[in-house]
Amino acid sequence: MATYSTNEFRSGLKLLLDGDPYTIIENEFVKPGKGQAFNRVKLRNLKTGRVLEKTFKSGESVEVADVMEREMEYLYTDGEFYHFMDPSNYEQFEAPASAVGDNAKWLKEQAVCTVVLWNNVPLIVEPPNFVELKIVETDPGVRGDTSGGGGKPATLETGAVVRVPLFVPEGEIIKVDTRSGEYVGRVKS
Amino acid sequence: MKPVTETPQPAAISRAFLYQIIRDFFRQRQVLEVETPLLSVAGNTDPAIESFHTADDPPKWLRTSPEFFHKRLLAEQGFDLFEIGKVFRRGESGPRHNPEFSLLEWYRLDYTLDELMQEVAQLLHAVYAGFGQRLRTPVFWRYDDVFQQYTGLSALSAPLRTLQDACLKTGYQGEPLSRDACLDLLFSLRVQPELEKSRAVFVSHYPASQAALAQIDANDPRQALRFECFVDGMELANGYQELTDAAEQARRFAADINTRKQRGLPPVPMDRQLLSALETGLPECSGVALGLDRLLMLVTGASHIQDVLWFPWEKA
Repeated sequence: MATYSTNEFRSGLKLLLDGDPYTIIENEFVKPGKGQAFNRVKLRNLKTGRVLEKTFKSGESVEVADVMEREMEYLYTDGEFYHFMDPSNYEQFEAPASAVGDNAKWLKEQAVCTVVLWNNVPLIVEPPNFVELKIVETDPGVRGDTSGGGGKPATLETGAVVRVPLFVPEGEIIKVDTRSGEYVGRVKS
Repeated sequence: MKPVTETPQPAAISRAFLYQIIRDFFRQRQVLEVETPLLSVAGNTDPAIESFHTADDPPKWLRTSPEFFHKRLLAEQGFDLFEIGKVFRRGESGPRHNPEFSLLEWYRLDYTLDELMQEVAQLLHAVYAGFGQRLRTPVFWRYDDVFQQYTGLSALSAPLRTLQDACLKTGYQGEPLSRDACLDLLFSLRVQPELEKSRAVFVSHYPASQAALAQIDANDPRQALRFECFVDGMELANGYQELTDAAEQARRFAADINTRKQRGLPPVPMDRQLLSALETGLPECSGVALGLDRLLMLVTGASHIQDVLWFPWEKA
């Protein structure tokens, strides 16, 4: 059983607590001058996303969660699972819909995603920060209006709906920030 | 013309000014500045503090506090004294800890704990005034009162199990803690953040099990004549009405060494020269140690100890 000592704690480290994988967000050393030293740690549960605070006696060891991040190419979905491939060794993984969640709306074939594996099973799928997707449906463009004020909804080829400026027409490829879901700009072809 | 952009001054630049205020304060009170060794054949036996030592045989120990030298001086010379100096504690790193840090320590003959707390408050007011700031009047708590105020539990009489449950509620994860470790955890997480801001908060009469080098209160042997001072929730100073009884000091050293053994901590030689000084006779006195890096953080508004150090641990 691999463990980390509290003095190895730093943000990003993955721990196993009560059977769930956690990532350290913050680690603070707490010690009264004449007393017991503790590590006060803010953790995110990688399964539920919930954030909680735990305190460990300094010097104690905590079990390592077998969690790693890998860059993978999105292949396709069969309706139940999302299929990914590690381009470095062509190894394929099936991610359940729960791992992809709301991010499914940004996934287009060949998109390079960050896949968090726990015990070799995809736990979280993060889409690329920026994606370039085609508008398949939006109100007709308003000529001359380049102000960007107001805006209108546009449906993208993956099903995502984003607000775009009035002048952007259907069929255009646009760049979107997946973290905010916001339109960034048109992609010149 | 372009406006002149002011580069903010690093907080570390104010250290010399802070030390000037402190030296003026003690000169006016005829307390003598001393300089004592950083390396000693004896170490600090306290099981909660880890030391650095040299590779010599026998090793020399880097001091974790100058207190043993100060007490030997008090026993031999008998004058009020203070020192500004570096101390070293292995493994203590964080927003308020650096393994090498600066301490102000001073001793006053015939001072009671109350008188010394008043002097700490006066020093803090002088420092804040020097930096153009004001502290509100200090408040004084007894440990058990402030503990009850913010945890609802008595530090002196709550059953161990109740204290352990309270630790679990704050998110403690691990083997059940000892009574003192429970008190340390609950005080650090539940009491300290609640202490009043913008003023010195003194907490005195620590449980006797946390007496360290303080006398036990003759009126209530459950408590020790020890205090700590907090400003804006930050632990700043720790003081004692000093233990002068050589036999009791030897017993506490031996108990520390025993605890270190049980916990598998490296052995540390006790200070026999301090014990013989106590046998010769340490005058009645009170003494206090105050963290200067933290005080500098407070008056400059720095949020991390690294901000007041030119070369923090990682760059030293």
